[in-house]
Amino acid sequence: MLLQKEMIAEHFQRLEDAPRSGEKVVYTFVPGNLTELIRSFGALPLLPEINALQSGMRGKSKAYIAEAEKAGHSADVCTYVKADIGMMMSGNIGPTGTRLPPPDLLLLSYTGCYTFMKWFELLREQYKCPTVFLQIPYQGDGTLLPEHREYVVKQLREDVIPALEAVTGRAYDEGRLRELLALSARAEDDLVAVLHSAKQKPSPIDSYFGGVYYIGPIFSAFRGTPEGVAYYEALREEVEERQALGIGPETPSGRLDDQRFRIVVEGPPNWTSFNEFWQMFSDEGAVVVASTYTKVGGTYDFGFRHDPGDPLGTMADYCGGCYTNHNLPGRIDMLVDYVKQYAADGFLINSVKSCNSFSAGQLLILREVEKRTGIPGGFIESDLVDPRYFSAANIKNRLESYFQMLRERRRGQVAPGSDATAEVTP
Amino acid sequence: MMCYVGVDLGSTTTKAVVLGEDGRVLGRGITNSRANYDLAADVARTEAFVTARFDMLRQEVERVAGKESLDLLLRAFRLEQTLAQLVRLQAGLHEDIDRSVAPHLRAVAHRSIDEISERTRMEEETGFADPERAKRSDFFRDVAGSAFSRLAEELAARDGTSFDLLLGLYDKCIIQVENTPVELGFHDHIDAALARIGDPPAVRAGVEAATAAVFEAKVTVGTGYGRARLPFPKEWIRSEILCHGLGAHAMFPATRTVLDIGGQDTKAIQIDGQGIVTSFQMNDRCAAGCGRYLGYIADEMNIGLHELGPIAEQSTRRVRINSTCTVFAGAELRERLGVGERREDILAGLHRAVILRAMSLLARSGGIDDEFTFTGGVANNPAAVRALTELVVENYGARTLNISPASIYTGALGASIFALRVDQPGAALHSSRGAA
Repeated sequence: MLLQKEMIAEHFQRLEDAPRSGEKVVYTFVPGNLTELIRSFGALPLLPEINALQSGMRGKSKAYIAEAEKAGHSADVCTYVKADIGMMMSGNIGPTGTRLPPPDLLLLSYTGCYTFMKWFELLREQYKCPTVFLQIPYQGDGTLLPEHREYVVKQLREDVIPALEAVTGRAYDEGRLRELLALSARAEDDLVAVLHSAKQKPSPIDSYFGGVYYIGPIFSAFRGTPEGVAYYEALREEVEERQALGIGPETPSGRLDDQRFRIVVEGPPNWTSFNEFWQMFSDEGAVVVASTYTKVGGTYDFGFRHDPGDPLGTMADYCGGCYTNHNLPGRIDMLVDYVKQYAADGFLINSVKSCNSFSAGQLLILREVEKRTGIPGGFIESDLVDPRYFSAANIKNRLESYFQMLRERRRGQVAPGSDATAEVTP
Repeated sequence: MMCYVGVDLGSTTTKAVVLGEDGRVLGRGITNSRANYDLAADVARTEAFVTARFDMLRQEVERVAGKESLDLLLRAFRLEQTLAQLVRLQAGLHEDIDRSVAPHLRAVAHRSIDEISERTRMEEETGFADPERAKRSDFFRDVAGSAFSRLAEELAARDGTSFDLLLGLYDKCIIQVENTPVELGFHDHIDAALARIGDPPAVRAGVEAATAAVFEAKVTVGTGYGRARLPFPKEWIRSEILCHGLGAHAMFPATRTVLDIGGQDTKAIQIDGQGIVTSFQMNDRCAAGCGRYLGYIADEMNIGLHELGPIAEQSTRRVRINSTCTVFAGAELRERLGVGERREDILAGLHRAVILRAMSLLARSGGIDDEFTFTGGVANNPAAVRALTELVVENYGARTLNISPASIYTGALGASIFALRVDQPGAALHSSRGAA
């Protein structure tokens, strides 16, 4: 955690210094981010939705959202967008307190979230900087076909690389890109080992609340960097140690060794009441063993690794495989697989109305996963970074009811009237 | 006798159910919820024990003295409870006058309060035997509130006393009275009630037996919004979802889908053959279309909540209403009245809008399976039931719709069964369908 904090602080410092140091800054989004390519040109990536969620966690998003709404952005718009626009309007001071540089390039890698496109339109209007749009075909039929892949590679070659060359003044260096991709693959191996550790009982990690910290470096600016590799080596070591000791993760309720419920979660977390939300799980002895949100920046646990042998093709595969680019049957398959592989007792959706790329179809997902796994689903609603939409009492009430339901069902599965049902403690 | 208690602390009312060791319902109690949750739970529980003792009396007294004698005794008992609270209210009002009313207005205020209190007492005493009384609300705040408002208006017209001053005093004081303990139990008032009806020997024998009975609450399970505030162990607290599911199952064992429309939330629950919840949905970010909405509409129209449904039932041409936002309700209503729509047609539209929201939650929870049980205060509203019946048929085809006259107690009943199961795991259930 400390290591990650230092890495982030250093990155934001470099971003602040960029206008003076001459380092070029490329704004891009987590799903489908081309960090290795950006870094191969010596440029720095900046991820607006990471800034928004960090602002949410640090209690700054409410004021930013109010600022954006004053400027005319509707109450129904994605709150990441409003937090970012509001931050920009308030002087562009990033979540760590450093000033964020304007973009030299807006690189939109479109992986299923339509809002991202509108978001960059707004930023382009503001910054009047070059913009490049990489279109990733949606996995409507569940796979990225060879012609889709070729289409992405062609765009990389003809649009993205020339745009980066123009902005940085450097020529495309495929050798350099291969080196960075090899570093990515190493970190990805370690991340997957960490994620898979949750198959053990007790799980040494929480794959949602803890998971968002674990994915932090690889989803933001550190894929394909030596710091990223070092971070994931250290993380894996730490988790393997916990695994060997048979202990659970640290949570807001203390170390969670007594894990009464193993849960799979779909949907992004709430960031403004992150710890309070987590504690509603940990107080009940619930640990999240797998989540889809931790796959928005790549579905590595299903086998994908960046391949230095095919630098542009591997980036196409990566973008196509991000969770937001999966169709509904693909998402359902993934969740069903998680419930089975991780021996989950329950499956919960945190639905965010303003986030259509997640919330559309979630109830269908819920029913289908219930049908195919036989475990009951739960459904709660909150928001990304707008604290007004986190109703703690109501969410706690739903969660308590859900966990009590799991408990009663577990009891009910033991023959009624038998001694085993005499357990009183819920 | 050993018994088990379930308490359901709702946002509008607090309910309690007492179960015997054999799982039979012994008594039910209800009161309006208030800031002091512990006290609301206490009053509801006390009431449940009062009805349990009256139920014992019923078997004895009805046989030897007839049903009328017992009903009269019960009304006399309710009168004694009301008078005890009235005394408390009167004293509180006098204290408030000395504390908060300008000195030159105090004498007249004291006199007015005494007159209102005295006349209310007399009205209650002379009218208690009227069987029609049984139809009105038993909550002291409703009984005293309507008398105070009527008499204060009369005094204002007659003596020039300020109506606002008197009502303001009442509004403040009733909250204090409701939030301080007052003796409302069987033993507190049964002797006075018996004396009031002339102490007939045939009744006295039964009363003595009921007075002597000992109820020992072995386990109390709490549920509802205020459950975390109840003074018992965490493991004796259950979510209202589970309690409504189990309560509905106890009332109608073939139930598979439950709809509960409460004061501030609507719950759509699916249960299995054991009454265990398999899936549920609740309104999350907004409480539009819940029971409070209808309460607000009733206030806006200046009619009683229980009158809404019957008026809507007279509709011949339902108005289409889209918004069920409670805050917008007043504007919506005035707008419709303004364009000449009839009150009953607007109300029919409002009821349908409420049920449409519930239908959406039901769909989210997995649809409506046979049998379907409707619970909560809104289940007593005929217009809501009609709208629900129509929409169920339109969307899911024929379903058996169950509504118990005791539907408001569903959550408390479920909680009481959980209490029983703490002690007797796997205890069999008694269907409590008929017991209102």
